[in-house]
Amino acid sequence: MLSDEIKSEIQCGLNSCPTDRCAILEALQTVQRSHGWISDEQLREVAEFLNLTVEEVDGVATFYNRIYRRPVGRHIILVCDSVSCWIMGFENILDYIRKRLGIDFGETTHDGRFTLLPIQCLGACEQAPAIMIDGQLYGYLDRDKIEAILRSYE
Amino acid sequence: MERPLTKHITIGGGPLNLSEYEKVGGYEACRKSLRTLTPDNILQLVKDSNLRGRGGAGFPTGLKWCSMPSLQNSPRPRYLIADADEMEPGAFKDRILMEGNPHQLIEGLIISAYSVDTEIGYIFIRSEYTLAAKRIKKAIEEAYEKGYLGFNILGSGFNFELRLHVSSGRYICGEGTALANSIEGNRAVPRHKVPRQTESGLWGMPTLLNNVETLCNIPHIINNGAVWFKNLSKCKDGGTKIFGVSGKVKKPGAWELPMGTTIREILEEHAGGMLDGLKFRGTLPGGASTDFLVEQHLDVPMDYDSVQKAGSRFGTGTMIVLDDHTCPVGMVHNLESFFARESCGWCTPCREGLPWTAKILKAIEEGKGEPGDIEILEFHIRALGPGRTFCALAPGAMEPLRSALKFFREDFDTHIRDKRCPWR
Repeated sequence: MLSDEIKSEIQCGLNSCPTDRCAILEALQTVQRSHGWISDEQLREVAEFLNLTVEEVDGVATFYNRIYRRPVGRHIILVCDSVSCWIMGFENILDYIRKRLGIDFGETTHDGRFTLLPIQCLGACEQAPAIMIDGQLYGYLDRDKIEAILRSYE
Repeated sequence: MERPLTKHITIGGGPLNLSEYEKVGGYEACRKSLRTLTPDNILQLVKDSNLRGRGGAGFPTGLKWCSMPSLQNSPRPRYLIADADEMEPGAFKDRILMEGNPHQLIEGLIISAYSVDTEIGYIFIRSEYTLAAKRIKKAIEEAYEKGYLGFNILGSGFNFELRLHVSSGRYICGEGTALANSIEGNRAVPRHKVPRQTESGLWGMPTLLNNVETLCNIPHIINNGAVWFKNLSKCKDGGTKIFGVSGKVKKPGAWELPMGTTIREILEEHAGGMLDGLKFRGTLPGGASTDFLVEQHLDVPMDYDSVQKAGSRFGTGTMIVLDDHTCPVGMVHNLESFFARESCGWCTPCREGLPWTAKILKAIEEGKGEPGDIEILEFHIRALGPGRTFCALAPGAMEPLRSALKFFREDFDTHIRDKRCPWR
């Protein structure tokens, strides 16, 4: 069930939207902020709240790579795999994370701590290779740095 | 050398808050515009300044503004959007502008909105620009409190509401009509180009879309005039430009320099040249979707026309450098995999052709290339070229491939012949 708090936050976004539909992404972002991802049940409730069909909302939800329709871990590691980071050797960083956490892109660790995802160019090309964890950018990475960063997330 | 856009920005430092921005002359241009200039005065200044769009296409900003319908018969509301969805691989200039001086963008938006008479504005920002979004959100609040936004701004009778729209990903949102679909809460697929967005954009209303860097220039043009702006440049396009360099150079970064600075100067003087032991082999001068330029082009001035004449595109002005120890086939494979993933899937040539292209490049890079693969790649360059697809994503994706085959053909042949990548 969507909490009253979430509902009022969605309503608040809705108030500045000329149509119900235009509130979809903000509503999904709001739910995701507190639940981590969007379950079928939550999707249905968002659709109901916005007077839209489930299909309309899911059509939007599944288009965008930052809306998660499957469970994710407590922390989300976004690894930039675009060209500047490729030149600067992001594959070494990725290999290290894969081995260290035992997961590949699209997977979550057994303890639910991390989900690993690729991301379009993070716009931090001067700091390549770069990753982002829960919205925090880390650049100029090497294996030592990444190890220390991973340790700081529980 | 003047650096109007970044003068008050310290890379990695905090943003200017409202009072700090005002202390260095911030919102003076807004005050001057709303109190002493007519919308047409401003439009004329922008036209005279030769400012061209900094988002990639380089369309003259004044001309774009002119294509908004005249006020008498215009449906309402009219919209203004700042494109802050910087997602072109290699580009990071708008992030620097937004993180360092968010009020500069807001002031640019207010003046532009006044000139083209739009009452609602959006800043469409990508979701990974968390720091920039936080700072813009705060700056918008400050601007409302001080009366620069909202109802009857500075007692001028002009009203302007500004909203921050945080996106949820996808490169295609950088396509103007896809961006409009995204704000409306649709899948971000592009729309027909006719009628133009200025006629029928957001919710079918007149909508003007400008890049962040373009808008940040507006207050400076108002304060200092069109002649001053033109004189900042080394070519006929006005102004400075934030150039960026990434790849294996000594000092990757971004610098505000006169429009028309040569690739060599940017690369050698500002980026410090290549890392020791490496040689320059080529560069994508304007981001991932531009053609490679090579050593013979080092003295090309970075401006729209010169880069185009050299066979590439100015794009975002942020270069990605290829060195002689990095595999050009691998690099193009990375680029095409990116574009294949980012295709919105709306039109068949792009949806099917890009993954095919990426698959062949992967095979070549992994030593599984076959004779005839190059011809299939060349077929795609034609089949996904301008006019063959619904929007510019696939034609843009073909630019680095086309030029890589032109300049680095030998590398492709060696991969196929020796059945391995020499760099792996």
